[in-house]
Amino acid sequence: MKAGTNLEKVLESGTFAVTAEVGPPKSATARVVEKKGETIKQYVDAVNVTDNQTAIVRMSSMAGCVILKQMGLDTVLQITCRDRNRIAIQSDVLGAVALGIGNILCLSGDHQALGNHPSAKGVFDIDSIQLIQALKAMRDERKFICGDDITGEVPIHIGAVENPFADPQAFRIQRLAKKVRAGADFIQTQVIFDIDRFAKWMREVTARELDKQIHILAGIIPLKSAAMARHMRDHVPGIEVPDQLIRRMENASDPQAEGVTISLEIIEDVRRISGIHGIHLFAVGWEDSIPVIVQRAALWPRPL
Amino acid sequence: MIVGERKPFNEIRAMLEGYKKVLILGCGTCVSVCMAGGQKEVSLLASQLRMDARLRKTEMVLGENTIQRQCDREYIEPIVEQAGNYDVVLSMACGAGVQLLAEMLTPLPVVPALNTTFLAVADREGTWLERCRGCGNCILADTGGICPVARCAKSLFNGPCGGSKEGKCEVSLDIPCAWQLIYDRLSDLGQLSQMEIIQPIRDWRPSDSGAPRSIVREDAIGVSGEKA
Ligand code: SF4
Ligand code: SF4
Repeated sequence: MKAGTNLEKVLESGTFAVTAEVGPPKSATARVVEKKGETIKQYVDAVNVTDNQTAIVRMSSMAGCVILKQMGLDTVLQITCRDRNRIAIQSDVLGAVALGIGNILCLSGDHQALGNHPSAKGVFDIDSIQLIQALKAMRDERKFICGDDITGEVPIHIGAVENPFADPQAFRIQRLAKKVRAGADFIQTQVIFDIDRFAKWMREVTARELDKQIHILAGIIPLKSAAMARHMRDHVPGIEVPDQLIRRMENASDPQAEGVTISLEIIEDVRRISGIHGIHLFAVGWEDSIPVIVQRAALWPRPL
Repeated sequence: MIVGERKPFNEIRAMLEGYKKVLILGCGTCVSVCMAGGQKEVSLLASQLRMDARLRKTEMVLGENTIQRQCDREYIEPIVEQAGNYDVVLSMACGAGVQLLAEMLTPLPVVPALNTTFLAVADREGTWLERCRGCGNCILADTGGICPVARCAKSLFNGPCGGSKEGKCEVSLDIPCAWQLIYDRLSDLGQLSQMEIIQPIRDWRPSDSGAPRSIVREDAIGVSGEKA
C-alpha cells in the first residue's frame, strides 16, 4: 500500500472499482457538493473533484475533497498544470495529505482559452508526466522537485489520465507507458463510446503488459440527451461519439433512460476487456444516474 | 526575427495628446521586414497624424526618420541631437528599441507605436508565424526541430495532451498540434524513440523565470575595446 486509501485497497484487492467525478459549483455553496456526495456515497469507491474543469472557475478541488471527506467519502484531488507552478502544486500536495486526501490525479488541464477566463496567463510550468514524476519523488524519496528533503511521509496514490482516442494514435500507448514509468498507480481514461477502438487500444496495453503495472479504469459518461451527445462530439476536446449513438439518442422516447441503457451496454463491454480494473463515471451534473447505473450493472453493494 | 504590429491609430493619438512636436522614428531591421515600423510605415503614420491634426484643427509638427537599428547605441547616437528639437519621440521599433531610445534620449519622452509580438518566421507574404520564445535552453535537437515551448499551447515537453485531434490543437482548428508535427517529423527522421524519453522538469531560469537576462561576452568586450 502506498497511501492506503479506500480506492487503493479496492484496486489492490482485485475488485472491479467504481469511481465517479463530481464538478464543484461555480459558487461557495458547500451544500451543492454535499448533495452530490449524498447521492453517490454508497455507490462509489472514491470521488474525483475536478480542478476548474474546462478552465472555468469553480470551488477548488481541495475544498470539494474536504467536504466529501468529512462525509466519509474517499476522494481524488485533481491537479492541473494549467493554473499552478511547481511551488503551488507541491504545497497543495502537502496540504492534501495533511487533510487525509490520499489520491491525487495529475492532468495538464484544458487550455485556458477554452474557459471563462480566456485572457488568463496559463502557467504550464511542468507537464502532467513531470507532475507524476514529482509526486512519486515526494512519496518514495521524500524529495521536493528542487532536491530538498521533505520531513515525514507523503503517502499518495498517484493517478493519471489517458485518452485512447486522441492523436497521434500510434503514440497513445507510448504515452501511457511514459506515465507508468513516471510513477502513476492508476489511470482513468477519457470517456468511451467507440468500444472497438477502445478494445484495440487495450489489446496493445495488455500486449505491453502495462495493465500489470497499473490499474486502468474505463471512463463512462451517461448521455442525458441527444443535444449533449452532439455537444460532446463537436465541442469537447478528445471525445468521440459515433453517429449511431447520436441517432439512438435522437430517436429515443425517453432519452435519459436510453442514456443509462447505453452506459450499461458500454460497461458490460468494457468489463469483458482484459486489463480493465474498474470504471470511472463522469456524472456532469447528473449524479442521480450513478446509483441507477451502479446497481443495474450489478456493481453494488461496494466492497468496503 | 522580432515581429511587431502597429498599434491602433486611436491609441497612438491618445499617447501623443498634448505634444506639439513629434519625431516618428522607424527601425530598419526586423520591424521593417514585417512591415510594421520601417521607413514606409513611418511616412504612412506621419501622413495619418498630419491629416488627423488638420481635421481636428490642432497644431502638430511631425518629423520623420528611420535608423538601421534602435536596439544599438551606435545607430541612435547620430539622431540624439535631432530628437532634441521635439517634445516626444514616437518609436516604431520593437520594445527593446523603444527602451534603449528612451534611455539614451532622457529626459525626452519616448512612446511606442508598435505592439511587439513574437519571434517569427515569414511564412508567405504578409504572414508571420511564431517559432521561438527565447527560452534560453533550446531543445530542438530532441524534438525534430519543432519547438514545443513556443508551438504547443501548453508548452508540453513529453508529447501531446489528450486534446490533440487530427493534427490540430485543442485550442483551435487553425492551429496545428505541435506534438503531432514533432511526432511526424521524428517518425520521418527514424527517431521516434525520442518520444519515449521523459523530459525532466525544466529549469526556467534561462527563460522567463522573472529576472531580466543578460549575456556578457568577454571576448567581444576585448574586441570593441581595442577598436576604441
Ligand atoms: S526550445 Fe527555446 S530556444 Fe529553442 S526554439 Fe523553442 S523557445 Fe526557442
Ligand atoms: S493539442 Fe497539441 S499543441 Fe495543443 S496543447 Fe495539446 S499537445 Fe499542445
